[in-house]
Amino acid sequence: MSANSKFSTVRALLAVFGAGLVFGAGLALSGMTHPEKVLDFLDLAGPWDPSLLFVLAGATGVASIAFPLILRLTKPLLAHHFDLPDASAGIDRRLATGAVLFGLGWGLGGYCPGPAIALLAALPDSGREAMIFLPSMLAGLWLARLPVRAVRRQTARRSVANAELRAATPDRV
Amino acid sequence: MSSFTPISALLGGLLIGTGASWLVLSFGRIAGVSGIVGALPSSHGNEFAWRALFLLGLVVGAGLLYRYGAPFGVSAPVSRSGFPAWELITSGLLVGYGTAIGKGCTSGHGVCGLANRSPRSLLATALFFGTGLLTASVLRHWLEIWR
Repeated sequence: MSANSKFSTVRALLAVFGAGLVFGAGLALSGMTHPEKVLDFLDLAGPWDPSLLFVLAGATGVASIAFPLILRLTKPLLAHHFDLPDASAGIDRRLATGAVLFGLGWGLGGYCPGPAIALLAALPDSGREAMIFLPSMLAGLWLARLPVRAVRRQTARRSVANAELRAATPDRV
Repeated sequence: MSSFTPISALLGGLLIGTGASWLVLSFGRIAGVSGIVGALPSSHGNEFAWRALFLLGLVVGAGLLYRYGAPFGVSAPVSRSGFPAWELITSGLLVGYGTAIGKGCTSGHGVCGLANRSPRSLLATALFFGTGLLTASVLRHWLEIWR
């Protein structure tokens, strides 16, 4: 790896850190990291707090304007190519089941994944929920991926050529 | 319990959208927190590094606001002492498992997916919002499981 590509990797990773920084600051400012506030939005039968609609409008508004403009570029500023989920992929039962299960958990506890990670920024006051909710969420996330990972590993083992190709391909960034 | 805060909500939302857009512009990736966290253990090298740094940035960014954000009405979340542990565990498992098989959460489907005009994300967002609204309303009022 040349000094130049090392430098550009560092720059790219700094940019990613900056994206996380702005994203996390937005989460905290928006009030979404307070599960009581989230539940006051989700609970239509109580004294309803519509603030979260403004969060969604602001976030999706900016991204809806920016994404199409950005995607006119042939590649991102600090990486070799865009690596985005396929927006035209079909709808399947897993997607719907997952979204419903997520909604159940969100309405029960008041956390979605971003604010759950942000709990780490409010220690020790957030300690009880950080120590109970966060590990449960990580368990759910990682256990769900286990079989897929095992299958992927097996496939890789079977196909030696594939593995060699992968080893010869430099990491992205 | 909490109050209507349209200005900080909108500004916070704008920052969330800006962070997500900056990640696509600079690095070409989607700021979907569940996907980033979920893929962390199976990632190596730069694929691990960018995910870890995005999440570190998220924690630091939130922490800065918790520390210095009082003039903007920001306060750090404090654990709800009366909230049953089994509900935290159940909701954590559901959020983790659900976003893993549904391949996205509020950020990935709700913000980035909608911005990317993905029908999958529109359906997922409608479903988790609908289910979330129903769950919170039923649990808090009709069942009065907790207040």
